[in-house]
Amino acid sequence: MNSPTVLAPAARTSEPAPATRVPLHALRLPGGYSLRLHRRAVAVCAVLTAALSAAVVWTLTTGDFPLAVSDVLDVLSGGGARADRYIVMELRLPRVLTAVLVGAALGVAGSLFQSVARNPLGSPDVIGFTLGSATGALLVILVIGGSAATVAGGAVAGGLLTSLLVYLLARSGSAQGYRLVLVGIGVSSLLASVNDYLIARASFSDAAGAAVWLTGSLNARGWEHCVPMAAVLALLLPAALLLGRPLRLLEMGDDAAASLGARPDRLRLWLVLVGVGLTAAATAAAGPIPFVALVAPQAVRRLTGATGPNLAGSAVLGALLLVLSDLAAQRLLAPTQLPVGVLTGVLGGCYLVWLIARQWRTGRG
Amino acid sequence: MTTPTLDKAAPAPAAAARRSAGTGRRLTRLLACLALLALLAAAGLAVGAKNIPPAQVWHVLLHHEPTDGDWIVVHHSRIPRTVLGIAVGAALGLAGALMQALTRNPLADPGLLGVNGGAAAAVAAGTALLDLRGFGSYVWFALAGAAVAAVLVNVLGSGGRASATPVRLALAGTAITAVLTAFVNGLILLDPLTLNRFRFWQVGTLAGVEAPIVGQVLPFLAVGAVLALALARPLNALALGDDAGHALGANPGRTRLLAMTAVTLLAGAATAAVGPIAFVGLAVPHVARRLAGPDQRWVLLFSAVLAPVLLLGSDLVGRVVLHPAELQAGVVTAFLGAPLFIALVRGRRIAQL
Repeated sequence: MNSPTVLAPAARTSEPAPATRVPLHALRLPGGYSLRLHRRAVAVCAVLTAALSAAVVWTLTTGDFPLAVSDVLDVLSGGGARADRYIVMELRLPRVLTAVLVGAALGVAGSLFQSVARNPLGSPDVIGFTLGSATGALLVILVIGGSAATVAGGAVAGGLLTSLLVYLLARSGSAQGYRLVLVGIGVSSLLASVNDYLIARASFSDAAGAAVWLTGSLNARGWEHCVPMAAVLALLLPAALLLGRPLRLLEMGDDAAASLGARPDRLRLWLVLVGVGLTAAATAAAGPIPFVALVAPQAVRRLTGATGPNLAGSAVLGALLLVLSDLAAQRLLAPTQLPVGVLTGVLGGCYLVWLIARQWRTGRG
Repeated sequence: MTTPTLDKAAPAPAAAARRSAGTGRRLTRLLACLALLALLAAAGLAVGAKNIPPAQVWHVLLHHEPTDGDWIVVHHSRIPRTVLGIAVGAALGLAGALMQALTRNPLADPGLLGVNGGAAAAVAAGTALLDLRGFGSYVWFALAGAAVAAVLVNVLGSGGRASATPVRLALAGTAITAVLTAFVNGLILLDPLTLNRFRFWQVGTLAGVEAPIVGQVLPFLAVGAVLALALARPLNALALGDDAGHALGANPGRTRLLAMTAVTLLAGAATAAVGPIAFVGLAVPHVARRLAGPDQRWVLLFSAVLAPVLLLGSDLVGRVVLHPAELQAGVVTAFLGAPLFIALVRGRRIAQL
């Protein structure tokens, strides 16, 4: 079960021996601290950040009412015409910022889960969080009935309970990683049928609303979604970055990590908690958007050619993916606005298929 | 798990005696299962939203009274529903047993491996884009979708040099299902009317079955079932591995192709008739192997009898718990099947099976 013949642990899917190719640099900080820097990783992060900024500005200019880039920049620096100001500050900016924050949260959460599961397929989607939050939200929408805030609360509660259940069921014994994924698949199938049942017994208009929520959408997101999301990220992102260092140890396996001073079981619990918290916030803001958490960390790993998790890179790439997907979802069938989840679902599913196919082609599967 | 152990150097007469004793025991168990199925079928005729006393059910079964309300309920609703439950249940059980034997994978199931998902996506596409209604037009789409998904998952899960592992097949099924789900979501969201038709079918239920559907689905299931039972011998040989199977006279490539055809027919037609019902194909063969031992001929027979027991039982539970409303059979089977799946994943070193 632990053998790499099943699915290579995440660390093995990257290029061989990158350390000899890409030199590490130590950045000396005052007070005797130092920071290890990976030149290519830093470059990749810089390029991704630039691309993200460009994508955000581009999104602000496009829509039913096109604006010039200079107008948008004017508004952002505090000036601009009143109509332009309203469109940018009240309609487009909160939506695109929500996309950035949700994408970043999902990217980091995915990175954490993949390291915990030691498997490129570990993500909040796969371990059942997403369907659990969907069940929670459906119960609120269809059975209790409530405002957007209550729906978000129901989603978070459902997701947390499901993750807890999956974690506890998968906990005992060795070879946690695969078991976590498989137990997640089992629990997800159960919840999927509960969700189908809830939708079938609902009234038609409720069912239509629930279907949109279930897909994950950024349509009509405003500051009231953006601000709480920013607060949660401000709390959890530093926590995730603090965990990043022992996380590298965990990827070497429990025994090696323990002998290097980490406490694998307790560390895993913290990682799952932070990852679930980030996912919960993202789900509350935008619904269960699939696959960003799965794709972003893997793609960053390929781009940087480095081993180990890259939390900052995953955050930036997750944000970029979601901003671009949302832009495409708005524009592809305009004036019909697709929920962004349809797009990330199709793209991410295809990526997952490719990932599995590649693993067996290279003989690692 | 599916690998049969060969009798090791037992003296021939003793082995023969043991085998015949085993056959006797299996026959007794099979008869017991059949009796249970008959009991459930009888209960299926007697229980429902309209309270009809058993004596009255018996009466309308024997007498032709087409104006009587009870007669109409029994003949137009409960009999087709029970017959379809038996047929579809047997089909799902056989499909699951075939897939588990074929892939030598205890987690194989037409639902988990994306076959039902393929059928569902094709039906959704047909409903949304071509405005299809009713089983007669669903079934071809469902069969095509099931076939495409089955081929994709198998290529993805078992390609390359290494043979398919249970974990990889399950993951390949999840990936394909994810793509299909997103596709179905897109269709549904663009056209609310499709959502309205699709959501009732998607749960998986025996309710609302009409007699003509039973007639239409039976030929597909019958062909699939005959094909499945005919494959029992070569599957027994292949259980020892492809090379050994070849040496014993089975043709691995042809057996796989025929078995996948049978699975597609069984799971695709069953899904078209009642919607995607998960976990029946997963759970039943495990119970069947407990009762029947490793011989695929017996495992397939037991699966074909036990799966309708599970499906009819779930349908009955669904009719009783929310009486007079109903809980769909697909929901009940998921609640029974998912814990079993999790227990399997927790309890064994599955990667080596």
